[in-house]
Amino acid sequence: MSQPAMRPPIESGCPDGFQYMHPVMRRNFGAWKYHEHPRPGVLLHVSEFGEKIWTVKAGTQRILDVFTLRKLCDIGDEYADGYVRFTIRSNIEYMVDAESKVEPLINALEEAGFIVGGTRNSVSMISHTQGWLHCDIPGTDASGVVKAMMDELIDEFRNHNMPNRVHITTSCCQINCGGQGDIAINVQHTKPPKINHDLVANVCERPSVVARCPVAAIRPALVNGKPSLEVDEKKCICCGACYPPCPPMQINDAEHTKFAIWVGGNHSNARGKPTFQKLVASGIPNNPPRWPEATAIVKRILKVYQEDGQDWERINDWIERIGWPAFFEKTGLPFTRYHIENWRGARNSLNASTHIRF
Amino acid sequence: MANQHHPTPMLDELENGPWPSFISGIKRLRDEHPDERIQNMTNDLLGQLEHSYETRKGYWKGGTVSVFGYGSGIIPRFSEVSKAFPESREFHTVRVQPPAGNFYSTDMLRQLANSWEKFGSGLVTFHGQTGNAMFIGVNSTNTQAFFDEINEYGWDLGGAGPCVRTGMSCVGAARCEQSCVNEQRVHRTLLNRFTDDVHRPSLPYKFKFKVSGCPNDCVNAIERSDFAVIGTWRDDIKIDQEEVKNFVAEYGRDKVHLDVINRCPSKCMTLNEDNTLSIDNSNCVRCMHCINVMTKALSPGDDKGVSILVGGKRTLKIGDLMGTVIVPFKKLETEEDYQEMVELAENIIDFWAENGLEHERCGEMIERIGLVNFLKGMGLEADPNMVNHPRQSSYIRMDEFDEAAENYLRHKMEQRQAAAG
Repeated sequence: MSQPAMRPPIESGCPDGFQYMHPVMRRNFGAWKYHEHPRPGVLLHVSEFGEKIWTVKAGTQRILDVFTLRKLCDIGDEYADGYVRFTIRSNIEYMVDAESKVEPLINALEEAGFIVGGTRNSVSMISHTQGWLHCDIPGTDASGVVKAMMDELIDEFRNHNMPNRVHITTSCCQINCGGQGDIAINVQHTKPPKINHDLVANVCERPSVVARCPVAAIRPALVNGKPSLEVDEKKCICCGACYPPCPPMQINDAEHTKFAIWVGGNHSNARGKPTFQKLVASGIPNNPPRWPEATAIVKRILKVYQEDGQDWERINDWIERIGWPAFFEKTGLPFTRYHIENWRGARNSLNASTHIRF
Repeated sequence: MANQHHPTPMLDELENGPWPSFISGIKRLRDEHPDERIQNMTNDLLGQLEHSYETRKGYWKGGTVSVFGYGSGIIPRFSEVSKAFPESREFHTVRVQPPAGNFYSTDMLRQLANSWEKFGSGLVTFHGQTGNAMFIGVNSTNTQAFFDEINEYGWDLGGAGPCVRTGMSCVGAARCEQSCVNEQRVHRTLLNRFTDDVHRPSLPYKFKFKVSGCPNDCVNAIERSDFAVIGTWRDDIKIDQEEVKNFVAEYGRDKVHLDVINRCPSKCMTLNEDNTLSIDNSNCVRCMHCINVMTKALSPGDDKGVSILVGGKRTLKIGDLMGTVIVPFKKLETEEDYQEMVELAENIIDFWAENGLEHERCGEMIERIGLVNFLKGMGLEADPNMVNHPRQSSYIRMDEFDEAAENYLRHKMEQRQAAAG
């Protein structure tokens, strides 16, 4: 009996980007001279040959339905030149070859409900992960958190009000796919996993689960006569790393899955070397559908940074100048024993000096 | 006839406020899309999502789904509450590799939208955190059909699982004067050398390439990739002194001191009496700050190349790691230059495939075995640019120190001779 022939894939890999570039970009590839910021949401790049290209950046809902995608294309065809790109924070950028096209393009985007901004020292779109909409291990719904938060930060997206750019990220578990951010809003589990021992033997490859634990708190065990796993709850750091390879080790919990907020992650090499984010707040309720408690803390941190930061200081630069005690003082956030590092390399984070501000 | 709509009182709250709402978008598919399959699928998706909001839990589980000939590229999702929400019971994501820099024509986006609504939910994201175009929501049967259709017009799947993953590059030389490298060429050269390792997971864990055109590192390559290629330059920062004077005239000397001179991390800049700028380039660390501020007056030099850093990753399992320098500077001009970069990547992946533990990222392996053993495996010499400072601990055996010192000095002499021609 013959099966229908399967079509072998064409392993073309990563496609050629030049075919999708605006012709002005193709012509001036590698020959740009300088750039300016004519207004929030707009960049102007000028090439060695005197050619100019204007970029208009807009925020979207990131999870796009085909109607919204076509709307973005319609705008691109009618008001821009039919070429777009997406930033790594999922903003859309339209490129046009004449200044006269900028204003009508901005108007069309805003009339359609998209938000123009996200350039220079603004708060850009929050980079985020999939959450309850699609992930298999999420503690929250990043898309919802981000929508609720951007509703409140929209003026900061539209304007250049901050000392320097602010990149915010969210993550739905402690693996933190959202990445480092000037401010990161991440799920923090606060209780060890609850194990469904009836399912472990059938669902989980036990040695890999044991190996996955960062603190060696998991060991094989016989429970009710069935092979299963047990967790040393005193050792367990509630990271949830065992949950992806073994879903019967349920880490998410309606009450105990909280948010933590981290600040000062910075990927750029500008001024200092790249930095990791640091814990500043925890125990924040995971409170759908609009997560007001998390947004309130983010806004509080942003307000203090805006008032106290100097031009060009990213959040990590600002805190390095004023010191961590002043950060906690100015934001009113509590500093606790949980803020003191105990992971590998922890001693490097301790103050081995008399450098203390009074 | 469409199913009755699930009530979504919590999700409805996310239709309020000025930022564009993804919930409104999913509802549009449910209410306005002509295809009943999409109406029903998005209705049940909304139902399950509302259930998640009410119970504060996720209800998707993974599985094994791919397309013919590949072992990766699809993120399988099966609903754990499919009895209540049967139409979205299979809701896989198709990961598609975008071009470096995420460029699209509107024509191509429309073509992708047309294919997607034939087979999938109508939901798409540009892009996921790894860098894939994410086509979210398709059942197992239609996964193959959707892939077959878009694969015919030039699109291929990205990685998922323990394999080489989709790469990411900044906008780069296409639109940025700060770019020091042809990101398009680096990205495609690396990724398409490892196409087989993208499609057929057989490595210890994921391996990511990212390319940033300059040290601003707009794609977060140092922290988020196993192999970070960052554009840089060796000669002097280019200064247009007339533009420096214009900048001083506009902002004043004090502001130039505050924003530029004092913020230089290696204190290598001087604002002269006549409002021109001097830079001690031998002490410049190529941080980009002054160039970011004075975009017309300053720009990267002409002797461009890349720094390569290895081992960046996020938290799981041993904590976050930044990539570390293993190649301080490399020219990327000739075919041989690119070939050498590819060979380095091949050597790293081979060595890691051989020596990495299951689920151990390359950076974690380096942490476990030490950078020195890794360099030995790569045939690379120790270089002071690889460290923040030399060792502090005296607890080490120095058996072959004299030989290593001689090698270093001979190597330096060879470099000087090569430079002198």
